[in-house]
Amino acid sequence: MTQIPFLQLSGLESLIVSDTVNFINIGERTNVTGSAMFLKLIKEDKFEEALSVAMNQVRGGAQVIDINMDEGMLDGKAAMVKFLNLIASEPEISRVPIMIDSSKWEIIEEGLKCVQGKSIVNSISLKVGEEEFVRQAKLIKKYGAATVVMAFDEIGQADNLQRRIEIADRSYRILVNEAKFSPQDIIFDLNIFPVATGIEEHRRNALDFFEGCKWVRENLPGAHVSGGVSNVSFSFRGNNKVREAMHTAFLYHGIKHKMDMGIVNPAMLEVYDDIPKDLLERVEDVLLDRRDDATERLLEFAETVKGAGKVEVKNEEWRKGTVEERLSHALVKGLIEYIDVDTEEARNKYDKPLHVIEGPLMAGMNTVGDLFGEGKMFLPQVVKSARVMKKAVAYLLPYLEEEKKRTGDTAKNAGKILLATVKGDVHDIGKNIVGVVLACNNFEIIDMGVMIPCDKILEKAKEVGADIIGLSGLITPSLDEMVYVAKEMERQNFTIPLLIGGATTSRVHTAVKIDPCYSGAVIHVLDASKSVPVASSLLSPDHDQKQGFFKKTKDDYEKFREEYKNRKEDKNYLTHAQACENKLKLDWNSFLPAKPKKLGITVLENYDLNLLRPLIDWTPFFQTWMLQGKYPKILDNPIIGTEAKKLFVDANLMLDKIIAEKWIKANGIIGLFPANSVDDDTVEIYNTETNLVIEKFHFLRQQGLKGSGIPNISLADFIAPKESKKVDYLGFFVSTAGLGIEKYVEQFEKDHDDYQSIMLKALADRLAEAFAEKLHQETRTNYWGYAASEVFTNEELISENYQGIRPAPGYPACPDHTEKPALFMLLAAQKHTGVELTESNAMYPASSVSGFYFSHPDSKYFGLGKIGKDQAVKYAERKQMPLEFIEKWLSPNLNYDV
Amino acid sequence: MAKHPIYQELEKRILILDGAMGTMIQRYGLEEKDFRNEALKNHSHPLQGNNDLLSITRPDVISAIHAKYLEAGADIIETNTFSGTTIAQADYKLEHIIYELNFESARLAKEQAVLFTKANPNKPRFVAGALGPTNRTASISPNVNDPGYRAVTFDQLVQAYKEQTKALVEGGVDVLLVETVFDTLNAKASLFAIMDYLEEAGKEVPIMISGTITDASGRTLSGQTTEAFMISVSHVPLLSIGLNCALGASALRPYLQVLAQNSPFFVSAYPNAGLPNEFGQYDETPEMMGAQVEVFLQEKLVNILGGCCGTTPEHIKEMARLAEKYSARKIEQKSEYVYHSTLIS
Repeated sequence: MTQIPFLQLSGLESLIVSDTVNFINIGERTNVTGSAMFLKLIKEDKFEEALSVAMNQVRGGAQVIDINMDEGMLDGKAAMVKFLNLIASEPEISRVPIMIDSSKWEIIEEGLKCVQGKSIVNSISLKVGEEEFVRQAKLIKKYGAATVVMAFDEIGQADNLQRRIEIADRSYRILVNEAKFSPQDIIFDLNIFPVATGIEEHRRNALDFFEGCKWVRENLPGAHVSGGVSNVSFSFRGNNKVREAMHTAFLYHGIKHKMDMGIVNPAMLEVYDDIPKDLLERVEDVLLDRRDDATERLLEFAETVKGAGKVEVKNEEWRKGTVEERLSHALVKGLIEYIDVDTEEARNKYDKPLHVIEGPLMAGMNTVGDLFGEGKMFLPQVVKSARVMKKAVAYLLPYLEEEKKRTGDTAKNAGKILLATVKGDVHDIGKNIVGVVLACNNFEIIDMGVMIPCDKILEKAKEVGADIIGLSGLITPSLDEMVYVAKEMERQNFTIPLLIGGATTSRVHTAVKIDPCYSGAVIHVLDASKSVPVASSLLSPDHDQKQGFFKKTKDDYEKFREEYKNRKEDKNYLTHAQACENKLKLDWNSFLPAKPKKLGITVLENYDLNLLRPLIDWTPFFQTWMLQGKYPKILDNPIIGTEAKKLFVDANLMLDKIIAEKWIKANGIIGLFPANSVDDDTVEIYNTETNLVIEKFHFLRQQGLKGSGIPNISLADFIAPKESKKVDYLGFFVSTAGLGIEKYVEQFEKDHDDYQSIMLKALADRLAEAFAEKLHQETRTNYWGYAASEVFTNEELISENYQGIRPAPGYPACPDHTEKPALFMLLAAQKHTGVELTESNAMYPASSVSGFYFSHPDSKYFGLGKIGKDQAVKYAERKQMPLEFIEKWLSPNLNYDV
Repeated sequence: MAKHPIYQELEKRILILDGAMGTMIQRYGLEEKDFRNEALKNHSHPLQGNNDLLSITRPDVISAIHAKYLEAGADIIETNTFSGTTIAQADYKLEHIIYELNFESARLAKEQAVLFTKANPNKPRFVAGALGPTNRTASISPNVNDPGYRAVTFDQLVQAYKEQTKALVEGGVDVLLVETVFDTLNAKASLFAIMDYLEEAGKEVPIMISGTITDASGRTLSGQTTEAFMISVSHVPLLSIGLNCALGASALRPYLQVLAQNSPFFVSAYPNAGLPNEFGQYDETPEMMGAQVEVFLQEKLVNILGGCCGTTPEHIKEMARLAEKYSARKIEQKSEYVYHSTLIS
């Protein structure tokens, strides 16, 4: 058995073509044979401008750039050397690996002498005979490059499936066995030929290529397949609409057949799902050779869309409307291209810039608000609409300022709402969404961001004259902070309404704990869609409606409190001592805990995001966007499927960029230590060598009365007790995928692009979770190794079908966040991963996960439920913390009132 | 061909590389006359400071330094040939003595290594022929106004390195060490030259490579990340890859981790004794440096450990003492770099 490493390339940075990488796109614009513009620049010695072509490709997402200087009128060797030397001095370009492209070996060899990274030669083939082929391959290896191998031999170019297979097979064997070329460094170009040429022999051109790809990838271990995609649509030059569809469909099928690299022009690609179905059908008929008249039918159809490019076709019709109609269309469809032009036109039409906002823009946003309210638009669309609105307002801003100076007029809106995530908490996706939705309904939003202390919030509220304050929080301690803000509002004689939202908040908590502290309105808002009616009612110009709503809420909450107090205790509890008696008793005599292969800590810095991508659990991602349903079924949902698909495409496009351009860094740490449980619920951690106790973790035990035979579980039950005399182990982990995110979030926010900013945060959250999943897998199979032979698909991993659990502090099995500092200390997690704990023990960056690893086959997730005062008192003693402090942190889990 | 015995030793334990040559030479307080012999009596250029030359003009000094490092416990000593290429010696107009300089340097080192091996056959000693980076860069222009310009070409480097390699191998080195790589293109030229020479001569000599991270950004002078550097030179079946110079030991750690985790070869590290103070001297005592490199040992980051600028036999002795307590890094192909298990026929 030989293990073949992944293809590894480098410029200034590395590019590893792992088997989870879907597709490597190679920029094609720096090629004098393919781009007339680039040729002109080189011919006229305008190398500076030629460099910007390369730069734009890298910025546009090219992961490798192809450089070709083969032109009769050029000194190709000199041009290649000069351009490569210039590229070397531009770190933004030379970041990526280079593909040295020439049909002349001398040019390739000169090029290889100019690049410090591991590049790709494009190309060599058996055309020159076996001896020369081997000589070139050996030299390429000596220069340290990978190579593209054309399906070409002494007889000619492979033009059918059989020849492709034959030549690829022969080339591969010669390269690997004679030239000792590394198999992963071989990339086959299996010849992409034009289709729909009208020539009978060309009918299977695409299909043979696809099948060839599959054959190579399945039969020549390690080898890759690439090709120049734009060739396929050669017959349709001048008809971009059809060409784009052909390229897109070609890539779609190519990738399905395991083609994993390609030279493409991203500007000439469409989204597969956006290709009109009738066009797609005809294109695919041709590519897949599905019917005899496929070519005629595509040609006929092409006539009808002739001259139409991507942009024109999409926009043609609606551009004809009045400026009001166009603005409304742009807002509802979330189209940003023409918003400045249309806004300018409207500004000239109306007497005051303010009237543009209050008139057509507001009308458009009202439509959006209505459609959203009626469930005819979905959150991702609304966020895109908001982006358009913000752009338009930003455009008008200088004119508004001017107008304001002159006349003192300011915009009228439905009210000012101040939003903030409270002190100690870093989570803000939900809050941002609420902000966007409210903004769409004509509220002015002042978003203060995350970790905002109470005094800053109230100061700001006074300063701007806020009409409502909205507080958000995700973790338990934020609940207390919200109570504190309410008390302060009361003390400082505020009267404006206070909205409460966020995952940890609840109507019960708001009614019982927050509402009594403040005489003004306090309202729990379940989700973004509820925020609009609540805010509208609270600020209604109709005094009666406003007062009515206020009184009703106060009354409701009062009633709620009464009910809560008088609620019949329908649940029975054991004493903590009884619960301990009824603990989960695992048979430790016959069980030998697996010793980790690698004790102590393991740091995984700058983890390859490509490896995390397939482990993403998409269902919660859609939930973030308020699209409910399980992935992948949600994509076919008759109501929200279309939007879910669009969102999914956008998410994947952004993921491509996040990964290719290394927007964020993922760091992780794993710690595996000897451990035993003591005194029922505590787990002692020992030094890996000396066996001295270095840390203690305190778990809680279920106290609810159970049916017979059902134990009252504590996580400690899954660890061998000290008296068993067996050494057991407890694992710990911290993972983050949020490092470096701020720069991009800021940029998006500066561009008024909430859609991208929320998208990025939501994706970072998903990657952090995927990383936690990956770390757990690595731990099970490798570092701990208790399940070394497990084999699971990504889906099975996501649904946690494996042995062992990874509960996180703050979640149902161990709801106490105050165990986090010990976990972080034990691993020196902040130092190793860059993840910090806030004063409320929230992790920053927000896209981070931490938790424990339990390996026992019977370990399982459970909810703690409520605990009694006896356990709380003991727990406070065990942790040597004041009872009040513990009660504050555990308040949602106490079965008694403090 | 049988593998060189150094592979076996590396499977068993951490090997210790020697420390700085320059720092030790300074202790002798040599003058211009020490850098001249009969043949160079009337050489037109001042030669003081051309330390490589001492292998010819003061072989007693160089041999003594080698012996001190071997005594301190070094398993591998480096030849005194950091600037032994026609390119680097051009500054002294000494291109014509390249063969002699490298051959003699190799011979001196081998002589001492053999003596120590004989005294204790259980601890075989090896000589690494040092190939420095030269004083020119192939992928950076020295002229800011002309970024496309190059002061040296790949072909010129290949020629210079090939001459040096031939002399070192013929002088008896056990391994070749391409070191202090600040421009990977220079290093690729030296690897190209080495392979060229070995093919022609029909020989097999293990190759070590050691790069230099020049600042806190974690990149080489030519801008590569550690991982990119590793990928760029991994086409050669190296004995080891590592990092040396520029930074003190603790600052090297994150980059060594990258190599330790990903390299399919043995990993080496020979840091400076901290950063130079305002007088250009290195202050870190053997104990201070030892405490830092012990972390490498604890984390099993290295197979070969030694010192660069500012280190002395005392530093090396401390490292040898510490290294004995730990086992070496095991080479594991990282799972994320592995494709799939399969058979190639």
